[in-house]
Amino acid sequence: MAGVPLLDVRDLTVEFQTRRGTVTAVRNVDISVAKGETVAIVGESGSGKSVTSYAVMRILDRAGRIAEGSVTFGGIDIRHADEDDMRNLRGREISMIFQNPRAALNPIRKVGRQIEDVLLEHVKATPSEVTDKAVEILDQVKIARPRERYHAYPFELSGGMCQRVVIALALACRPQLLIADEPTTGLDVTTQKTVMDLIVELTRERGMSTILITHDLGLAATYCDRVMVMEKGNVVESATARAVFTEPSHPYTRKLMRATPRPGVSLRDLLPEDASGAASAVTKLPVAAGERKPLLTVEKLVKEYPRKGLEGIGGTVKKLLRRGPVPEPDTFRAVDGISFEIDRGESVGLVGESGCGKSTTSTMIMRLIDKTEGTILFDGEDIGEIPAKAFARLPLRKRIQMVFQDPTDSLNPRFTAARAIADPILRLGDIKGGAAVRARCEELARQVGLPLDLLDRFPHQLSGGQKARVGIARAIALKPDLVILDEPTAALDVSVQAVVLNLLQDLKETLGMSYLFVSHDLNVVRLLCDRVIVMCAGKIVEEGPTERVMSAPEAQYTRDLLAAIPQPKFGRSESESPRRAATS
Amino acid sequence: MLATIGKRFMTVIPTLIGVVIVTFLLTRVLPGDPAVYFAGPAATPQSIAEIRKTLGLDRPLPEQFARYVGDLAKGDFGNSLSTGRPVATEITSRLPASAELTLFGLIMSLMIAVPLGIVAAVKQGSWVDHTCRVVATAGVSLPVFFTGLLLVYVFYYLAGWAPAPVGRLDAFATAPPQVTGFYLIDSLIAGDLETFRASLGQLLLPALTLAVFSLAPIARMTRASMLAVLSSDFVRTARASGLKGRTVIITYAFRNAMLPVVTTLGMVFSFLLGANVLVEKVFAWPGIGSYAVEALLQSDFAPVQGFVLTMAVLYVVLNLLIDILYGVIDPRVRLEG
Repeated sequence: MAGVPLLDVRDLTVEFQTRRGTVTAVRNVDISVAKGETVAIVGESGSGKSVTSYAVMRILDRAGRIAEGSVTFGGIDIRHADEDDMRNLRGREISMIFQNPRAALNPIRKVGRQIEDVLLEHVKATPSEVTDKAVEILDQVKIARPRERYHAYPFELSGGMCQRVVIALALACRPQLLIADEPTTGLDVTTQKTVMDLIVELTRERGMSTILITHDLGLAATYCDRVMVMEKGNVVESATARAVFTEPSHPYTRKLMRATPRPGVSLRDLLPEDASGAASAVTKLPVAAGERKPLLTVEKLVKEYPRKGLEGIGGTVKKLLRRGPVPEPDTFRAVDGISFEIDRGESVGLVGESGCGKSTTSTMIMRLIDKTEGTILFDGEDIGEIPAKAFARLPLRKRIQMVFQDPTDSLNPRFTAARAIADPILRLGDIKGGAAVRARCEELARQVGLPLDLLDRFPHQLSGGQKARVGIARAIALKPDLVILDEPTAALDVSVQAVVLNLLQDLKETLGMSYLFVSHDLNVVRLLCDRVIVMCAGKIVEEGPTERVMSAPEAQYTRDLLAAIPQPKFGRSESESPRRAATS
Repeated sequence: MLATIGKRFMTVIPTLIGVVIVTFLLTRVLPGDPAVYFAGPAATPQSIAEIRKTLGLDRPLPEQFARYVGDLAKGDFGNSLSTGRPVATEITSRLPASAELTLFGLIMSLMIAVPLGIVAAVKQGSWVDHTCRVVATAGVSLPVFFTGLLLVYVFYYLAGWAPAPVGRLDAFATAPPQVTGFYLIDSLIAGDLETFRASLGQLLLPALTLAVFSLAPIARMTRASMLAVLSSDFVRTARASGLKGRTVIITYAFRNAMLPVVTTLGMVFSFLLGANVLVEKVFAWPGIGSYAVEALLQSDFAPVQGFVLTMAVLYVVLNLLIDILYGVIDPRVRLEG
């Protein structure tokens, strides 16, 4: 670090005015980023990592303000600069990439025009040459056929493609500092790798500094020189990536490290040191010995959708179809003849990237949509033949339940936790009478570790982890045989995810349920599942015991998936041993 | 795009068929017997029966319906029983009067409400925001006949700025040769500035009355929709890219906020077109609303039938226009056509 850092944040404190008074979101934070350096800010939701970056750009909401400290960028005092100077700085000297790329782009403006807006604003191009410039920038972020894509709207592009456009937007004026706020959250793991590699390549060749904001320690350690860990508005640790990863000094960093699913670690290892003992004290059901009898058998299952207005296929395909002569009534196979089995008490992972058909498969098994072809045998009965509409009223409905991806969206905002849990009991259960239902709700709450006094709260009064517990309690309320878990932890912080995954494992052991665990994260699937099925483009490409698939994948696609998981260059084996020794 | 419009147009046809059936049935179930009314108070049962026969009311309903549809196809809406004049001519002369008034009022309302809504959203909690709320609330809470009378009292009776509320033109001016039926446009086409000024003078107060009333939904919808868009991710991106405040608000935020505003606009327009009877009465405006109400009170079913049919067609066309406008504003809508 030679001379003055490019960005120097000293003693930054950010406050928000809320109805309940002033809340300090960021407290006395120091950051310095040298020219060409890549710094990661790691933390869970509510840690203040995004607020810090907004304060640097001075794009806080109207309720937020920098209460103390200084922010200096290239000699300019950002805290006291006037709004016009800030506007000139934004996009030209400091720019930002956001989470959820599709939402970060104006939905009704062509992506090329959006890039032009930035170029024209900062006088980086004249109106006559601006289109060529925009196309050139699209080309630089490796968008194929940039001249054609210039005319695309965000909804016509995939998530990864949208993120490239957002990167193009951020780098259009060749800024000196790039702030990437969770740039790959919500993207597939292979897309994550290409997007991160692209950011690194472009920033490196231009000598730019980068701040990467993420919740993923692995990602931070893989791509950054230095890592800062934030917790509840404070920086608790700041060191080189290697030091943080191999010898985390602060207890919070250690907890975070511990909770991150990674190779060579079991489910119980994710929990903080003091909690892992308590979790294993559950009474396990004796594993039924005897012949194997599959609970669920899926044979040659097919789901076709009409081509038009279909999700998952590229926007350009849609566009071509639309522009051309009237398209043939074509169909798209979302699920293309897959067969597999789930045994009683078994957990099977269904892994694949978005659009591979895994959610369609689970929704068909859940009997929420009808299949096109094939059979779904549940406990010997062909439930595939029962129309989805009729299935909801059958007693069989009780035996297949689901935990949904988004714990917030899958709860009725006007129902209390108790009412949400009681919902399936009231509709399908055999418990009658308010007191009895309430007692059952309390029993379920105890099972999922939800404090009883939270039962009368509404979803918005609960934390993410608590909402997840409500969703799980609702799913197990009718003592189902098969529970479909659709990315149940995707929206949760790693430490909460660790707890929820352990809870699911405990419940499975006590209640003897089978799980179909749908996920894109192989590391998470590995922890919970006995067997794993890898899907790609509607087909099963690989199936087998989890450990075998993870350690010796046969299909190229599985190998690609595994390779795309961010792995810090410093070996895991050397990182594991000292920490293990320290914690045990 | 054209294909989408064409396809959308096809869906209009069943709606129109439904409208024809419903208007026919509706006028048959209305209370009051047109034959009795037409025959006058001194009529004998025989004369009533005779009139019923000449009107074709003694035939079975399907046959009456067939004749009705046949007449409609020829553009014949029947004759008014009370005036004896063909309904079609009455409507074609009165509809432009109502449309001109409503459109003008709506444009006035838009010009005030949209900027007001935008500023109220951008400067949330400021005095503009509060003004917007007060104006909007006051606007809807005052009945139109009251606002109308108040405006006449202040601007005609007290200040003397406005002409007497005697319809579309005062007694001294002559109507311009009919092209569109809108006096403002027709007088300009004829190059008759005198008539233009006169008709504008007549139009201002009733249009303002309507504008005050329709201000509230448009301003409130603009504000709410702008607030939602302003807090969205892409506006944050635009800000973080250093775009000018005006570009962010107009090009990025407002264009996205327009969809619900356009929907509201369509609803307000069709509502006003049918419901401005009170304004037409206050200003002696020869509109379609007052025509229909008078006909209804006299059990004169042909004009009522014609009115309902015209309004329904207008409504359908308006919805079609709004759908097309949607497609122009939002590329995502085009796909679904």
